[in-house]
Formats: sequence, structure tokens, C-alpha cells
Amino acid sequence: MSMKFDRPMNWKELPAGCLIDEAATSLRFKTGDWRSMRPIWDAEKCIHCLFCWITCPDTAITVQDGKMTGIDYDYCKGCGICAVICPPKASAIDMVREEK
Amino acid sequence: MKTIAKTGNEAMAYAMKQINPDVVAAYPITPATEIVQIFSNYVADGEVDTEFVAVESEHSALSACVGASLAGGRVMTSTASQGLALMHEILYIAAGNRLPIVIALVNRSLSAPINIHCDHSDTMGSREAGWMQLYCANSQEAYDSLIIALKVAEQTAVPAIVSTDAFIISHAMERLEVLEDEEVQRFIGEYKPRFSALDLENPKTFGPLDLQDYFFEHKRAQIDDFSKVLGTYNKVAQEYAELSGRYYPALEEYKTDDADVAIFTAGSTADTAKEVVDGLREQGRKMGLVRMRMWRPLPVEEIKAALGKFKAVAVMDRSDTMADFGGPVFLETRGILYDAKKKPLLTDYVYGLGGRNIDISDILRVYDEIEQVVKQGKIDKLITYLGVRGEE
Repeated sequence: MSMKFDRPMNWKELPAGCLIDEAATSLRFKTGDWRSMRPIWDAEKCIHCLFCWITCPDTAITVQDGKMTGIDYDYCKGCGICAVICPPKASAIDMVREEK
Repeated sequence: MKTIAKTGNEAMAYAMKQINPDVVAAYPITPATEIVQIFSNYVADGEVDTEFVAVESEHSALSACVGASLAGGRVMTSTASQGLALMHEILYIAAGNRLPIVIALVNRSLSAPINIHCDHSDTMGSREAGWMQLYCANSQEAYDSLIIALKVAEQTAVPAIVSTDAFIISHAMERLEVLEDEEVQRFIGEYKPRFSALDLENPKTFGPLDLQDYFFEHKRAQIDDFSKVLGTYNKVAQEYAELSGRYYPALEEYKTDDADVAIFTAGSTADTAKEVVDGLREQGRKMGLVRMRMWRPLPVEEIKAALGKFKAVAVMDRSDTMADFGGPVFLETRGILYDAKKKPLLTDYVYGLGGRNIDISDILRVYDEIEQVVKQGKIDKLITYLGVRGEE
């Protein structure tokens, strides 16, 4: 049985037990809408040290070929760790208030 | 089929040996019984293939059982009293995850005061946990019930507790008829789990957080599965009767056909009450007995039909609800009879707490008193504490 997440299931449609019959379903849970502060990345200033990539608790820093390419706002909760960890000399990430 | 002499504990351990579960995890907290100890001898002697996991508490014992069951194993354990209380949290987790674990249990009172003797307060305190509950009247029934319960549990994905009365059954040597190992294996069949956490080809998510949006749906589905247990039980009990010649209905009636009054009780006391009924019948007094064997799920229609035909019924409860309204069997029976077309006058006798002896004269007194209730057409005393000093 494949579970559908396009609408809330009723109790008769659920597999027995508190089981989800596939793995890594948290990918479909977009936590980005929890965010009240948004990190803004400046590609010009970035030195690609990847400290933000290592410390991001939501793996929301996207990287390609060893270089940072941006922030995945689908999952970024706006915790601000990336902005704090970013070396002061680079200071490539600013936190700004999320606009409605 | 062979005949042997065994105590209730030995009988249950022997059934576990013949079932030969994949995993047994246990810890002998006081007052544990020797069921696990006997079973661990079978493990040490190589008579079973079971992985025996010795853990550090009953909480861990059932937790290890949950893990083993999620991995797709056939899993059993044993406990009593405080041990079941310590497992309480995990009882709900096993049931919610639909893990058909079976516990061979000995009913013992809960502390305080400290006591190791029989009453039903341990399992009655867990009756909302989502486990099937079977109360046995003797060792033969305990042996048979473990085998029946395992099959019902695995077919319905509802875990089961099979219990005996401490010492009265657990430590008393009785004549017992047992099946051959192969007969038991053929009856229970190979366990085909619905899922396995070790199935790496089909990874699944077990035990995720389930909040306001889905928790209620999961619980509703669990309640629905639970409602199918009685039907499955009736079918499996019938199959077992064909194999063994011993049939165990969810609710047993004894000499009730023309009876005006009856006692409604569970466990070994029901067997004692049968002796009393036989004696009363010789005197020409029309009295019967209804024995509560399955208490979860409640055989509601069966209880309504069985008790509805009497003029008066005395419930005998071996625990109290601390609701100032008698024992759990009384309370729930009153609820069941509320909308019955015909209903008896219903009284409650709370008896035998902490192993206080219950003998033929006590039960005779109950029959005398309910006969009096019928004559008067009313109840003078709704709840009686039977056999306690200061109360007579």
C-alpha cells in the first residue's frame, strides 16, 4: 500500500499501527513556513568555508562541487545559526524579518 | 496427547516451550513467578530456538519485546503484579504499534501493602491498554489459552495477556493434558509478520510523532481492529476444540438454563463456585454460574444475553476500582446491562484481595444472599466486602 499525502486520510485508509510504509517521508514536510527570520546569502561575500553547511540543523544549505549555492527555503526554519557561524571577515549571511 | 502433572507456572512455561517463540525478553522483579525461570532452563538445555534476552527491568523487558516484534519476530514474555505495573507505559506502545506480543501472567495484588498473593488488580489496572485479556480457571486452561491467544493475537495484531490466579493456580500441581510439540506448531502455524524493521528492501518509518492531525485516526483504527478480536477468538477457540477436545468460550455458562440467580466471576473462584452450584442443585435450588474468561475486548452481547435471563446476579470482583462503587467487573457489567430489555438485580462482592482465602462457605453465603434479594425484590446492600474482618 502506498500512502497518499495529497489530502488528510481518514482512519480506514491508514496502514495498521503508527506505521508509515516508506522511509524519508519527512522530506515532504516543508518546515520552511515556521520561519520568522530569513537568512539572505550574499554570493559575492561568501568564501565557501561551508561552516554553515556543517552546522545547519535542517540540511538547508545547498552545495554543489564543494561550493555553497544557496539556501533551501522549503526547509530552513530561520534559526540563524548560519549567520552566526559565518566568519566575521566574510559575513555573507544576513538575517532579515520574514515578510508576509 | 499425553497426561502430565504440572503447576500453573510449569504449564504456562511448557506452552511457551511448545510455541518456541523467536524472542523472550524478561526480568524477574519481585513478585515474579518462576515461568521465566523454567523457560530459561528450556533455553539453556537447547530445547527451544528462542533468543532469551535478560534485561534490567520489566519496563526494558517489554521494550525489548516491542523491538523484537517490530523486527518481525514471534515474541512472548511473562510477568506479574509490580512487573506489569512497570510495563504499563510499554503496554500501550505495543498495542498502538499492533505488535502481537503474548504475556503469560500471574495475577497478584499491587503494593502497598506489599503482598505476593492473588487478586486481579494488576491486569484490571491495565484494561485500557489495548491488550486482549483472558482469565483462566485452572492450569489446563492456562496452557490451552496461551496457545489460543498467540494465534488470535497474530491474526488480529492485538497483543494478549493470559493470566492465572497466584498460588491457587500458579503453584498448585494439577493433572494436565498437553498436545505434542508438532501439533502446537501446526496449530499456530508459521508467523508471517505484516512488516519487519529488518526488511531493508522495503524501509518503513516506525513510531513517528503523530499530533493533532493524525493521532485520533490512528486510535480510531486501533479501536476498530480491537472490535474484531472476539470474532477471531471464537473461530480460533473452535479450531482448538477440534484439535484438543477442549472448548473455551469467551464467556462460560454453568448450569444456567433454568436458574433464577447466578454468580458472575472470573478465575479459580469460578471453579470453586461450580462445586457450590452442584451442591445447591442437589438441594433443588436453581442457581447457576457465569464465568468471565475474556475481559478485553468485552463480550458485550454475550454478557447481556447470559445475565439478562436471571432475576438477580452477584458479581464477584477480585479487585476494587477505588471509585467507591465496587469492582471493575461490577461497574462494567452494570454499564452493559443498562439498555438490556431484561436485566437482573445486580450486586457486587469484592473478595479475596491480597490472596484472602475464598472457600465454599463464602460462595454459599453469596448464593444465599442473592436468593434473598430475589425474595425481597430489592437490594439492601449494593457492594459487600466479602471475608474482610470488621465487615460481617
